[in-house]
Amino acid sequence: MNLYTRRLWVNRIGISLSMVAMSLGLVALLWILWTLFSKGFASLSLDLFTQDTPAPGSEGGGLRNAIVGSGLILLFSMLISTPIGILAGIYLAEFGRVSKFASFTRFMTDIMLSAPSIVIGLFVYALFVATTGGFSGWAGSLALALIAIPVVVRTTENMLKLVPTSLREAAFAVGAPRWQVSLRVTLRAVKSGVVTGVLLAMARITGETAPLLFTALNNQFYSTNMAEPMGNLPVVIFQFALSPYDNWVNLAWAGALLIAFLVLAVNIGVRVVFRNKDKR
Amino acid sequence: MSEPSASAGIDLHAQQVRKFHLQDKLFHYSTLLFAVVVLAALVGILISLAIEAMPSLQAFGPGFLWTNVWSVPDDEYGALAAIYGTVVTSVLALLIAVPISFGIALFLTETCPVWLRRPLGTAIELLAGIPSIVYGIWGLFVFAPLFAEYIQPPLQGLLGDVPVIGGWFSGPPIGVGILAASIVLALMVIPFIASVMRDVFETVPHVLKESAYGVGCTTWEVVRNVVLPYTRVGVIGGIMLGLGRALGETMAVTFVIGNANRINGSLFAPGTSIASTLANEFGEADPGLHIASLFALGLVLFILTFIVLAISRWLISRSMGSEGL
Repeated sequence: MNLYTRRLWVNRIGISLSMVAMSLGLVALLWILWTLFSKGFASLSLDLFTQDTPAPGSEGGGLRNAIVGSGLILLFSMLISTPIGILAGIYLAEFGRVSKFASFTRFMTDIMLSAPSIVIGLFVYALFVATTGGFSGWAGSLALALIAIPVVVRTTENMLKLVPTSLREAAFAVGAPRWQVSLRVTLRAVKSGVVTGVLLAMARITGETAPLLFTALNNQFYSTNMAEPMGNLPVVIFQFALSPYDNWVNLAWAGALLIAFLVLAVNIGVRVVFRNKDKR
Repeated sequence: MSEPSASAGIDLHAQQVRKFHLQDKLFHYSTLLFAVVVLAALVGILISLAIEAMPSLQAFGPGFLWTNVWSVPDDEYGALAAIYGTVVTSVLALLIAVPISFGIALFLTETCPVWLRRPLGTAIELLAGIPSIVYGIWGLFVFAPLFAEYIQPPLQGLLGDVPVIGGWFSGPPIGVGILAASIVLALMVIPFIASVMRDVFETVPHVLKESAYGVGCTTWEVVRNVVLPYTRVGVIGGIMLGLGRALGETMAVTFVIGNANRINGSLFAPGTSIASTLANEFGEADPGLHIASLFALGLVLFILTFIVLAISRWLISRSMGSEGL
């Protein structure tokens, strides 16, 4: 074989292998989605939203307490993380462009983005659960907020950095103080980007299980009291999936389908909406 | 008449400027405060874990790290089995994930038709969006049984008698175990590594690539001899990011690793990882040494991932010419 054909074949093999890798990724995605639909769809019914988690070994039941609990925990963790994340992001983009402190914070935030979530759960347990004497929905919200904050900080900062300096200068030139420029001009200019960040942060924490295991714990009864242990979808899925009861396992699949559907819908929705904004 | 009103105007202006100045300061410091909160959380994690782990660290000393004992009845704890499981699953996951991620990034940046780039890129990012508990439940109920039936026996037949590495594939093919956990982990980190690789591949100046194409290089040669050397640092950063993710992954591993607190030379055997030990035992841990040892495990995991992620961020930011993504 001469040099030319060898190079040609090496190229062909390399490119084909890269296509195989790409299809492996796609197959994995479709396989997981297909499994969720085929196993979870059968258990989808109105009961899922109107009835509470069943006792061990009994039939029927739904996930109402877990869905409501997850919703509440998510709501409060977003209420905590959104303002903190946006303000810290404003600091990094507007005041701390060059300061050492800001680049250190930026670095640490990036590490927090990928820090193991179970360790965050341990931290909140030590800080909150052990000191206040109990597992609670609040502890769960706090743990999830700590995971969401870095996502909001980094997207806010990255979006603000895209605002042209001339826009800031124009606002300064008409005499606006700095805080007004930040809040009413630059932040408003990137509103959709920041909303995207907040939504992606929410999607990120929706399926988080590990930090809830020893903060919100679980509650097999319907409860809206955030000061008590609270049922939530991820922990219910974890417990039910590993149980020997068929009914529980089926409910776990239905819960997994709900969560994955929600997370993927937010991920896709944000991309579609945001792309249209880009084009305009 | 006009004089006093003019000075009043200046006064008013000066007042306004002072007011704005004060408000600006207030705004500056309140945003700074929240930045400090973010930073304090990270330092707080380290300190609180260290404090809670103290009883265990005092009782077992540094030997905690290399003692292969985890016995609740005897109240004796060592982290070796968990560290072994964590490191082995993560490294195996990378061995599987890196070539596949490279292939995906190569395809997306070089050979993919432009109109397909966006949808395919999004599909890979969606893989990162799927919650880890979904990977776990899929791994346990769908992947592990198929793995035990169709992949483990041939693997054993092929490599089981080879000296040295044969032992890695010994034991009953039960699906769940170290190897199954590594494969599920690989799937989970592929999107992270592939996105970083794609992003750094795109930083290669077109002139460089076109010059290479111009002298007759094939796509493979351009990637091998131009793109990869140019983006070496960023690619390693992406791999480290994947490693950091894999080390700390909890739910998926807990479902498929088998949760046996011991070291077994076979990759088919069930094992444990730091994160899965925490997920399994922390909820029902006895106060005292047991819970302190679990905190010590958490501390080890946090320091390990922190170092890996710090290196990764450093490399990626150096490669991208700016901090972060």
